[in-house]
This record gives sequence, structure tokens and C-alpha cells, in this order.
Amino acid sequence: MTTGTTSLDGAVVEFTHARSSVIRVENLQHSYDGRAALKGVSFGVYPAEIFGLLGPNGSGKTTMFRILSTLMLPMGGRAVINGCDAASNPAGLRKQIGVVFQAPSIDVKLSARENLRHVGHLYGMSGSALDKRVDEMLYRVALFDRANDRAETFSGGMQRRLELAKGLLHHPSVLLLDEPTTGLDPGARRDLWQYLAILRDEERVTVIVTTHLMEEAERCDRLAILSEGQLVALGTPTELKNEIGGDVLLLEARKNPEELAVRISQRYGVEATVLDDGKVRLERDQGHRFVTDVVEAFPGEIQSVSVSKPTLEDVFINRTGHRFWTEEQKGAEEKVSGKKKSKKH
Amino acid sequence: MATQVQTIPAPTNVGTLLPSISLWQREIVRFYRQRSRVIGVIVSPVLFWIVIGSGFGSSFRGGNASSQHYLDFFFVGALTMIVLFTSIFAMMSLIEDRNEGFLLTVLVAPVSRSAIVLGKVLGGATLSAIQGLIFLVFAPLVGIHFTIATFGLTALTVFLVAFSLTALGFAIAWPMDSTQGFHAIINLFLIPLWLLSGSLFPLAGASFWIRLLMRINPLTYGTEALRTLLFPFSASPDFPLASSILILGIFSALMFALAFFMANRRTTKPAA
Repeated sequence: MTTGTTSLDGAVVEFTHARSSVIRVENLQHSYDGRAALKGVSFGVYPAEIFGLLGPNGSGKTTMFRILSTLMLPMGGRAVINGCDAASNPAGLRKQIGVVFQAPSIDVKLSARENLRHVGHLYGMSGSALDKRVDEMLYRVALFDRANDRAETFSGGMQRRLELAKGLLHHPSVLLLDEPTTGLDPGARRDLWQYLAILRDEERVTVIVTTHLMEEAERCDRLAILSEGQLVALGTPTELKNEIGGDVLLLEARKNPEELAVRISQRYGVEATVLDDGKVRLERDQGHRFVTDVVEAFPGEIQSVSVSKPTLEDVFINRTGHRFWTEEQKGAEEKVSGKKKSKKH
Repeated sequence: MATQVQTIPAPTNVGTLLPSISLWQREIVRFYRQRSRVIGVIVSPVLFWIVIGSGFGSSFRGGNASSQHYLDFFFVGALTMIVLFTSIFAMMSLIEDRNEGFLLTVLVAPVSRSAIVLGKVLGGATLSAIQGLIFLVFAPLVGIHFTIATFGLTALTVFLVAFSLTALGFAIAWPMDSTQGFHAIINLFLIPLWLLSGSLFPLAGASFWIRLLMRINPLTYGTEALRTLLFPFSASPDFPLASSILILGIFSALMFALAFFMANRRTTKPAA
């Protein structure tokens, strides 16, 4: 269990416990043509944990992933996996990691077995040891009976499983996954996450996974939440949610949300804020009781009220002051995911 | 599944040879699984030679030169053209690999970048050399009869031309992400390279500047070496076979170095 406390003053994160990190990211900075994508991010990942990088699009997750997988040099700071620096020792680092990309990376003209054999060769495996390992992985991802079929005949879920088998073939101690459940149906998503847990528990693989989905982030052992290139929260999902006092209330004002927020803040001594979508948000113990109170206190001014247990999105709002998705982003995301096949990254 | 803790370490040393062979093999397998490419390889050389050769031959017929004569002359030109086009366009697969994501797999693997270049370039060069050699089936039609030695040297020359041009194609294709852009750049290179290689018209009759350009063009040495091998009687004394092959070898090494340099760069821009 993680007991360490983390402080987020500035960019430096102090770990007060003795556990050594498999992955260390120190003050990582990057920008694309002057637009900052990472503004000094630091964190550590412990052995055999599932570590999530959660953030909306443009938060810097993919940049982080590219640097960790040695596809790109960082402009500042360091990323180290098992003692190998991504910038100065990429060859050493590459031996440690298995990578599953968001975009497809298998060769669809080759069969499942040929794909895996080929990857094995790239990692210096050969002969009967490789054949045995290929069969083992094909069994594991339930593709053994389709082993000799070309990958172009596979469904999206099967191709994803082949990607995973490819990333794990050479027994990496660290597995990097970039939005691995993109395009998977709920059943296949659940299978993937179960398999990641098995890897962590039985083979002690350290898993680092980027996601923009709250329900996936919930399944991580620890999380780093990124927003606009900065680390805004770090800890277990439970720890993070416990930081929020009580329940979360969202009120829809009939007239002026700003005015309502100010008056609620004054009356109850809580911090009520207006979100991007015009809803008034506040955190309060015993939220269900507070509902009747507030509706009676401001008759005719509240259109609707919702009460919920804090979620990771609340953690995000609490730390950044705005919602995880703006409505505009949500629409854009749906459009993008529809066309994901033709577009990389 | 297995409940014991896996302790098999990641392989410590990945050589260059195994990954190269694997990448080479993949190029070949992908090729024969795309039927249209296979058909193109066999049919297009013949079309090139007959159509362009007879067309030009008839149009330029003047004095004593007969259509048959130009068809002989153009035999080497057609061979060079086939190898040139196939080699450079073979590296379009590099752009496809990049867009289809396959290249990512290779880039995050602990293989040396030279293995990547070697595998890809050898794969492309093999395909275009084979295509060139298939064309030699028609050699007896223009009165060429091979000895084992001349065939061996011809194959070597064809391979060197194929290898150097594939490596050039690799270097050009590496930073690109669209096949359209590749086409545009390649046409800029390809057509002059071929026109000025002694494929279409002989060096001897050209003006001073054109001759100079042809002398600088490495492909000229391929064309001349092939002409010396296939038509020993019309060989130009300016291009001894040994030095032509040597120059082709040096050109190949240079192009490979260029391709390696391109692939070995790591930048702060996304690699794929």
C-alpha cells in the first residue's frame, strides 16, 4: 500500500517513503513550436503497480508517453526507467519496456503468429524459445485458433489483443499503454483491465497507462492527473477522492448563477463556484439534507439539484477550477474517435 | 495461467543480423501477398521496353539506325529504368509503415538503427533486383548470351544499382508522412537521374554540359557497366567495368550512410 505523502509545491515532488521507483520522471518539460505541452512534471512509479496518467486531451499525456517510450527527446528534465535515461540511454531503456500504442501498430498483411515472431526477432529472441513464447502469448490473448490468419481479417478487439501480446512478448518489466481501450467494447475493456491486474500480481509487471476515462482511472493503483501540461494531483483514487469533503452538489440556477453562488457562499460559509457550463458547484457533508435547506432558502431560483459522491472528475475540478470536459471538447472528442483510424495521435 | 513469478530477463544483446533478416523477410512476404504488385513486376518491364523502345526507335530512325538497333540500345536503358523506379518506390513502404503504425513497433524495440535501415533497404533492393533480373529473360531476343561470369557480374551490378537507389529512397522517405509528397520529390530526382544516365541516349553524342552531368550521375556508371556486360562490342572505353562497379559500390555505401544518418537522428519532434 502506498503510504507516502506527496507535496506538490512547485514542480518538485518529495517522496517521503523508502520504496524505490521503477520509473522516475523529474521536471519534464516539452513544447511543440512554442506551445508548451509539459511544464515541469515530476512523479515516480513503484514496482508492480498500475499507474494511471489521467487527463483530458491536450493535457500532456501523449507527450509524456512519447518521451517514456523513447520516440521523442524531452526538452527539459529527465525520464528514467530502471536506471536507464530516456535521452542518454534509449537502447537500454527499450529493453526494459513493452509498448502498446493507441494507434494500430501490427502489420495486417502478416498473420498473428508472423507478427509476434517478427517482434521477437526485433528483441533478439529466436528459435524454439521464441516459438514457445509466441504460442503462450497467443493462448493468453485467446488468438491461438486464429494464429495463422492475417491480422486484416481480425475484429478491432482481436487486433487490440494482438497489440497487447506484441507488447508483452519479450517479458518486459515495464508495460506502457497509451489509451489502450480506444475502440473496444465494454466487455473487451473489462477483459483488458483484468489482464493488466493479473500481470501486476503474477508477473510483477509495472504498468503505466494513459487514459481520459474516469472509470478506467478508478481501476489504477495510483494516479497522476495532468491538466495543461502540469501535474495537478497524485495519489490513489481513494486518497484523492477523500480530499473532497462530503458530497458534491450541482445546482442549476434559474436566473443568474454567479449571483446564486455568491449568496450561497455567504449564507452557508461554503465555497460555491460557477463551472464552465453555468452550474453552481459546492462540496458539503450530508448533501442530501442540504438540498432541502438550499431549495427552501432560495425559492424559485433553483432549477435542479444533483447530489453525488465525489468522483475523480471532482478531484479534477477541485484542483483546476474547471470541468474535465467542456461541452465543446466532448463533441470534438466524439468526432475524433469516430475517425481515429485515419489519424495518428 | 502460470502462477510462478517470471524471472526470464529481457534479452541482453540484440544483434544486427537477426532483426535485419526479419525485416527483410517481412518486405518480401508483404510483396507477394499483394497480388497487384507481383503482376506489375512481371508485366511492366516488358511494356516499358517494347512500347518505349519501339516508339523511340521508329521516331528517331534516321540514317542507318534501325528500329531494331535502338531496341538493343534501349534494352539497358529499360533495365536501368525498371530497377531505378522499383528501388525508389519500394521505399514508399516506409511511409506506409509510418502511417500504419508498424514503424513504431520497430522504433521502440532495442534494435540498432542500422539494422532497421539494412533490413528495409535490403528488402527493397532484393525486390527490384529480382525484377531487373526477370527482365533479363528477354536478353536472348536482342542477341545476348550469358556466360556464368557475365551473368554473375550483371546480377552484381543490378544489385548495387538497386541497393544504392533504395537507400536513397529510404533517406528521402524517412522524414515524410505522405506518399504524395514523396512522389513530388522523387519525380524531381528520378527523371533527370534516368534521362542523364545514358539510358535514353548515349553519352558520346551529347553536348559538353550534358556530358559533364552524365559523368557526375552515379547511375551512368550502372548503365555503362551493364552495357559493357551485355553488349561488349558497343562498350565505351571511357568506362572500364571494374571502375564502374567500384564507383557503384562507393555510391551504395554513401547512400547507406545517408539513410543511416537520417534514421539515427533523435529529435524533440515525435518520431512517428
